[in-house]
Amino acid sequence: MEINKVIKDGCCKLDLSGRLDTITSPQLEEELKELPENINELILDLKELEYVSSAGLRVFLNAQKSMSAKGKMVLRNVNEEIMEVLDMTGFTQILTIE
Amino acid sequence: MIDQENKNGIDPFDCKKDDAVPPVEAIERQFDADDRQLHDVLGFLEEELEKHGAGMKQIMAITLSMEEAFVNVAHYAYEGIGDGTGKVWISMEFEDDTVIIVMKDQGMEFDPLAKEDPDITAEAEYRKVGGLGIYMIKQSMDSVMYQRKDGYNILTMKKVYR
Repeated sequence: MEINKVIKDGCCKLDLSGRLDTITSPQLEEELKELPENINELILDLKELEYVSSAGLRVFLNAQKSMSAKGKMVLRNVNEEIMEVLDMTGFTQILTIE
Repeated sequence: MIDQENKNGIDPFDCKKDDAVPPVEAIERQFDADDRQLHDVLGFLEEELEKHGAGMKQIMAITLSMEEAFVNVAHYAYEGIGDGTGKVWISMEFEDDTVIIVMKDQGMEFDPLAKEDPDITAEAEYRKVGGLGIYMIKQSMDSVMYQRKDGYNILTMKKVYR
C-alpha cells in the first residue's frame, strides 16, 4: 500500500492506493498516529484503493472515533467493491462518505 | 457414435464413461500459520481463480474471506502450543461454477462460526471490530461449515465464482 499525505492548515488528506489489509494497515495506523494535534479535518481518498479487509476497517473506525472528538473524517472516491465491504459491515452508517 | 448408442440402448464403450466426466480438480498448498504468509496465500487463491475465469467481484469476496479465516488461524490457533508455530493447509476444488475452499490447521479446537454476529448497527463509539472478520466471511461466501476431525480444525467455504 502507498500513502500520499498532504497537510494544509487544519486539514489532512491521505491518498491511499493498493491494498489495506492485515499486513499493510499498521502503515496507515502509524501515519494517523503521527498527525499533528491541530488537524480537525481528515480526508481519506480511496480512489486508488483496491481492497480493504477487517484490519483496514478497524483503522477507519479508530480514526473516526478520534476525529469525531475534534472535527470530522471523510472518505472520498470509494469504489464499488470497497463500498460493498462498507455496506456489508454497516460501516456506511458510521462513516461519512462523499 | 452417440446416436448409435442411443439407438440400440447399449453403450459398447461403457467402461470409458467415467473418463468422460472431468475429474474434480483439487489443489492443496501448505503454509506457515503466520500472517506474513498472507500475500502468498491470497496470491495462490487469486491465481487459481483467475485461471478458472472467476469474476473480479467474486475474487474480491473470496480473497477477503480467506484473509479473515487465515489471519484468525495465524494469530490464535497455535498460541500456547509448543513453540506457537504451526501449519495451515489450504485446498481449492472447482466443481462446475463453484469453488470449494478447505482450510485445515492442527491448532486449538475453535469453531469460528459459533461466535455471535457483531452488532453492525451500533454507533461508532460502541462499535467493536472483534468478530467482524467472521461475519464478513458469512456474508461473502455462499456457505461456510466448520468441523473438528482427527485433531484438525476444518473450515469449508463455498462460492459460485463465475
